[in-house]
Amino acid sequence: MTPTTAARAGLVSCGTCGLLAQQASGVAPGHCPRCGARLASRRRGSLETTWALVIAAAICYIPANLLPVLGTTTLGSTEYDTIMGGVVFLYTSGSWPLALIVLIASVMVPLGKLLALVYLLITVQRGSIAGNRERTRLYHLVEFIGRWSMLDVFVDTFTVALVQLSPLMSVQPGAGVVFFAAVVVLTMIAAASFDPRLIWDAATTTEPDIA
Amino acid sequence: MTGAGHAETLACPDCDLLQVVPELPPGVKASCARCGRTLVTQTADSIERPLALSIAALLVLILANTAPLMGLSVVGQQASTTIVGGAWEMWHQGQELTAVVVAFCAVFAPAAYLLCTLAVLLAARRPPAPRWVGELLRWAEAMQPWSMVEVMMLGILVALIKIAELAVVEPDIGMYAVGVLMLLIPAIQSSFDPEAIWKRVTWADDESLPPDGAVQAAGTPDPRSAP
Ligand SMILES: [Zn+2]
Ligand SMILES: [Zn+2]
Repeated sequence: MTPTTAARAGLVSCGTCGLLAQQASGVAPGHCPRCGARLASRRRGSLETTWALVIAAAICYIPANLLPVLGTTTLGSTEYDTIMGGVVFLYTSGSWPLALIVLIASVMVPLGKLLALVYLLITVQRGSIAGNRERTRLYHLVEFIGRWSMLDVFVDTFTVALVQLSPLMSVQPGAGVVFFAAVVVLTMIAAASFDPRLIWDAATTTEPDIA
Repeated sequence: MTGAGHAETLACPDCDLLQVVPELPPGVKASCARCGRTLVTQTADSIERPLALSIAALLVLILANTAPLMGLSVVGQQASTTIVGGAWEMWHQGQELTAVVVAFCAVFAPAAYLLCTLAVLLAARRPPAPRWVGELLRWAEAMQPWSMVEVMMLGILVALIKIAELAVVEPDIGMYAVGVLMLLIPAIQSSFDPEAIWKRVTWADDESLPPDGAVQAAGTPDPRSAP
């Protein structure tokens, strides 16, 4: 027995207010009678948009990690630090718990998010029906954890804002920060444009039952 | 508001499964039979409690944005910064785009989220609420993922410990305000129930509140193309 989904029953759940409405027609579901938003059985162009944003984020991930995020000028000489450099600095200065937090939030989470989204996109496109619950949970993990990668951007901002004691010591932001912020923003929008219902669609048919 | 014992037909936002959710007692959750997602959370007091919390949060937000976050002193030189001061310094140092992202996630999004939530709750106290309440509710929900107060709090702490290696740093009022805000915002989110608000908002199609329970037909002409 295939489960009865809204799509099969010719119904559509409003993406804005959650109201269940009768589709006006299969081609154009119409608008929500409660909130007036345009109805769509599945988010329009979900896979294409998510792919485009994931690829853009993956490209930004490279300069984000290779370019310096901070430059420290002490008495005329400037030293540049990448994200990993910042982690090493925290580790060698004795605060290894913080080093671990920054390593997880800035290096592992963005990479993990990109890999998870690619995995979800590929399994959906191949019509996989295995581990649907786990994939839905993975999707929500990606959605929930995304914001935490902004940590390093805030650390850099407040370090730069506070340490302006020239000529003694001053800190400047490096070119890597903006790429890093771009990775976070792009992956957050990518996760928001992915439609988790696509994970479940392979197991059922989305064609309305005409019986 | 809604009649007792009203069952409601819903489609799961994650897997599209149709299911009938009975009227739940306060504090009870219903989750999807297929994917496990929470479908409905019946909150005990979905108006007054989040309303009080969002007023408190707005006041703390003002304090967090005006008071200095932390101060630094090294061989006679003093410095301090605020949240906006941080974004402004990034802009000043040629990182305009990063400055905009920081200002958006640290100031604009939390402020917009709190203001929209407050307006929605005030207007929804006496139903039927006007249609703009739905529009503002949509704004509040759009701002929620971008409001990064708790991430900023951790960022401030890491910056504080990093700088402590180089100079004497002192946490200031602004930082404590951010800490309080970090607790208030999730408290608003857990007591706020968007569905309870939608039930009080005037419908787009007819200027009233239709009885719930029955599935309504979608409007055919797109409202955006209508005059
Ligand atoms: Zn709607
Ligand atoms: Zn479900």
